[in-house]
Amino acid sequence: MRAPSSGDAALSEVLLAVEEVSLSFGGVRALTGVSFDIRKGEIRAIIGPNGAGKTSMLNVVNGFYQPQSGRITFKGKVRTSMRPYAAAAGGIARTFQNLALFRGMTTLDNILAGRALKMHRGFFWQLIRQGPALAEEVEHRRRVEEIIDFLEIAAIRKIPVGRLPYGLQKRVELGRALAMEPDLLLLDEPMAGMNLEEKEDMSRFIIDVNQQYGTTIALIEHDMGVVMDLSDRVVVLDYGRKIADSTPDEVRKDENVIRAYLGQPHGVSA
Amino acid sequence: MQQVDGSLDTLPKFLIHNAKVIGARPAMRHKDLGIWHTWTWAQMLEEVRAFSIGLADLGLKRGDKFTIIGSNRPRLYWAMCAGQALGAVPVPVYADAVADEMAFVLGHAEVTLAVVEDQEQVDKVIAMAERLPRLGRLVYDEQRGLKDYDHSRLIPFVEVQAIGRKRLAGDAGCLARWEAGVAEGKGSDLSVILYTSGTTGRSKGVMLTNDNTIISARNANAFDRLDQDEEVIAYLPMAWVGDYEFSFVQAYVAGYCVNCPEAPDTVVQDRREIGTTYAFAPPRVYENILTLTTVRMADAGAFKRKAFDFFIGVARRWGEKILDGEKVPLAARLLYAIGRFFVYEPVKNQFGLSRIRLAYTAGEAIGPEIFRFWRAMGINLKQLYGQTEASVYVTAQPDGEIYADTVGTPSPDVEIKISDKGEVLFRSPGVFVGYYKDPEKTAEVRTPDGWVHTGDAGFLDTKTGQLKIIDRAKDVGRLKDGTLFAPKYIENKLKFYPNIREAVAVGADRDFVCVMINIDQTAVGSWAERNDVVYASYQELAGNPRVYDIIANHVDEVNRSLSEEEVMAGAQIKRFLVLHKELDPDDGELTRTQKLRRGHIIDRYSPLVEALYNGSSTAQITTEVTFEDGHKGVIAARVAIRDMKTYPVRAAEMVRAA
Repeated sequence: MRAPSSGDAALSEVLLAVEEVSLSFGGVRALTGVSFDIRKGEIRAIIGPNGAGKTSMLNVVNGFYQPQSGRITFKGKVRTSMRPYAAAAGGIARTFQNLALFRGMTTLDNILAGRALKMHRGFFWQLIRQGPALAEEVEHRRRVEEIIDFLEIAAIRKIPVGRLPYGLQKRVELGRALAMEPDLLLLDEPMAGMNLEEKEDMSRFIIDVNQQYGTTIALIEHDMGVVMDLSDRVVVLDYGRKIADSTPDEVRKDENVIRAYLGQPHGVSA
Repeated sequence: MQQVDGSLDTLPKFLIHNAKVIGARPAMRHKDLGIWHTWTWAQMLEEVRAFSIGLADLGLKRGDKFTIIGSNRPRLYWAMCAGQALGAVPVPVYADAVADEMAFVLGHAEVTLAVVEDQEQVDKVIAMAERLPRLGRLVYDEQRGLKDYDHSRLIPFVEVQAIGRKRLAGDAGCLARWEAGVAEGKGSDLSVILYTSGTTGRSKGVMLTNDNTIISARNANAFDRLDQDEEVIAYLPMAWVGDYEFSFVQAYVAGYCVNCPEAPDTVVQDRREIGTTYAFAPPRVYENILTLTTVRMADAGAFKRKAFDFFIGVARRWGEKILDGEKVPLAARLLYAIGRFFVYEPVKNQFGLSRIRLAYTAGEAIGPEIFRFWRAMGINLKQLYGQTEASVYVTAQPDGEIYADTVGTPSPDVEIKISDKGEVLFRSPGVFVGYYKDPEKTAEVRTPDGWVHTGDAGFLDTKTGQLKIIDRAKDVGRLKDGTLFAPKYIENKLKFYPNIREAVAVGADRDFVCVMINIDQTAVGSWAERNDVVYASYQELAGNPRVYDIIANHVDEVNRSLSEEEVMAGAQIKRFLVLHKELDPDDGELTRTQKLRRGHIIDRYSPLVEALYNGSSTAQITTEVTFEDGHKGVIAARVAIRDMKTYPVRAAEMVRAA
């Protein structure tokens, strides 16, 4: 389906790298020595059975969780952990597995909220809404309108998101993440709970975001068809460990991956 | 109002004239990125002229055909006028047509250039390019997604305009030459070729001249006193004659403003922001709005619902009388006024109908209950009967002479007669020149002395003097026992119920009448939600026994109402079923304007029809479906059939008793 594949991704520079990251909650080890990288301009999928540590991995990347050990390199800067604010300011945006929108606010306001970090005028300036503050607001609104147009949600611009069907709420959330103009976009199960048509729409938007804005995307997804169609490279986690990291075709054939998905009792083979 | 000026016989001439006379008035608006942009007549002339000269540079010349594909956008309307200024003929086509249909039309019309909306349409045209050897350049409006395409053939709209502007700036004689070209245009020149979706067979290209369309538009504007203050919204397919007249020719002639919506699904919001004064829509649109209102009210709180029902009752009883200026008791007027404040105006405002002065329904018969509902709410909704072959107007209802079951008196300059077989014929200045490259079909439809067969059965109502249409002439049949069977009449009665989206009546040359029904997913889905009925798909919802109960109630009411009409009483519905899939233009079941293709449906669902008549209580069917991109799938279903009670002929009994 996708023409530009791992060929050119392999050539481009590394945007984000995690090395030997381990994370545990009390006695529970969520991630154990996981390393992989995300290259500029690619769509990178993170897959694995339930409880494999996929969402934990995303939460580590955008600073929600602090790993006990390991290093994260983002845009050439090395750190042991990130703060969510720093991650956002540095150009990492995300959507959530269970939507996190402002349900009482309109689509427009929700997406505008994604521009918060880009607002440079202070609180009082924004209250006065004159001169440079006004100009800034107009500019933000223009960017938001471009996103609304891009995601084809003009018809729901002024509707509170709480009243929208699930598939559209997911699209609004993607819109809000895009409003940050991220370098890296993390999508946590963007297709969960969608019907086939909504999935196809969402896939198209993800590809368009990647191609038109050149945004690097890391996504967690359960629908294997979607993963295989969309992604350039796939990393597979199982019980918090990386068990494969390759192109979709190779991952599909990988013995370990098949075993993980068929659910062989853990520890027997070890 | 403007004086009728005989020298204004083409649309480009009107454009130049309007730019001179009412240059500062708004001609068009378009909502883009959330903001309404306005072009005055003077600005629009500049845009059209630049594009026109650019088109000439791309090689478009007098007599060439070029196509317009896309939704209603200013640039696509400009493109039509820009081509006409060069003497070329626009051929707008339905943007949602499947590739095969579109390729046929473009090939048949021999188009040499295409102006399309966006990537979707570019892809479609490129895919069929091999079958269109004459097609040259492809001009597109929306840039998105097209950056990396091969531009040897493609060119953006703005770039064509830039070429035109450069020519105008660099060459002093360019403007004069262009204007001379416009002056060369004549009233008898072809203005447009509109392919009718046709209820049978391949589309036919209806050729209309400038005189056809402009005289019809002048008459229509005079008939309804439309002037430059009107605001309309353009949202119907550009390939439909209604949109061509109403959003293009009539606007140029009267000088009113045409508003283009932001996207096809924002029309309601956009209309609310504009507050249109004049509207033209197929019955489906009025039906949809009513269904939406009823569904939303069903979800409202008890007090609101009761108040709504009460005041709608008041409106149904008195609204039409007040609208028609009849005598109404003071108490009723008072109640109506209260209802207007709390219910009617808010509902109208919700759908952008607050400023509406005049609305037409056309294209198909409207359910009388739907028609009355809107009139009761205080909207001057009128009926119109028209055809592509007539440049729309055949008959229309004059203000104050409105009936739910007639379509009006002949429009200005139109003559009407009824043939021996009951078919309606007309003759008017709007009568088309012929079908493009199809003199045989032309001769079938148009007599040598200019009368056109409409294909509709009807009669002139003696009481009102207005035309009544019963059905398509070829569709009116008889049951085996000789009872008159007018399928559309029965279907329309059923379609009034918000739960029923489409109905197909069967009965010609059979023992009794049966119907196949399409439920309305919005209405029935909302009912299902409120009543904890779980369903995963349209098919499952349609097959639910409780849904069958609801539909059976509706059918029963229709039978009761049929029994009250002597002519129709014998055609009551004996058996019905609910179809497992929605009827769809992509499967050839509806035309692009959403009209039923009954014959095709009966063939396609022949196992179901057979089961309706052999007494079985269920039927198995496998149906092939076509998706928009042309690939096909199959759905299978087991469909239940219900028997219905019929009522004795009440009207006849009364006659006997008397």
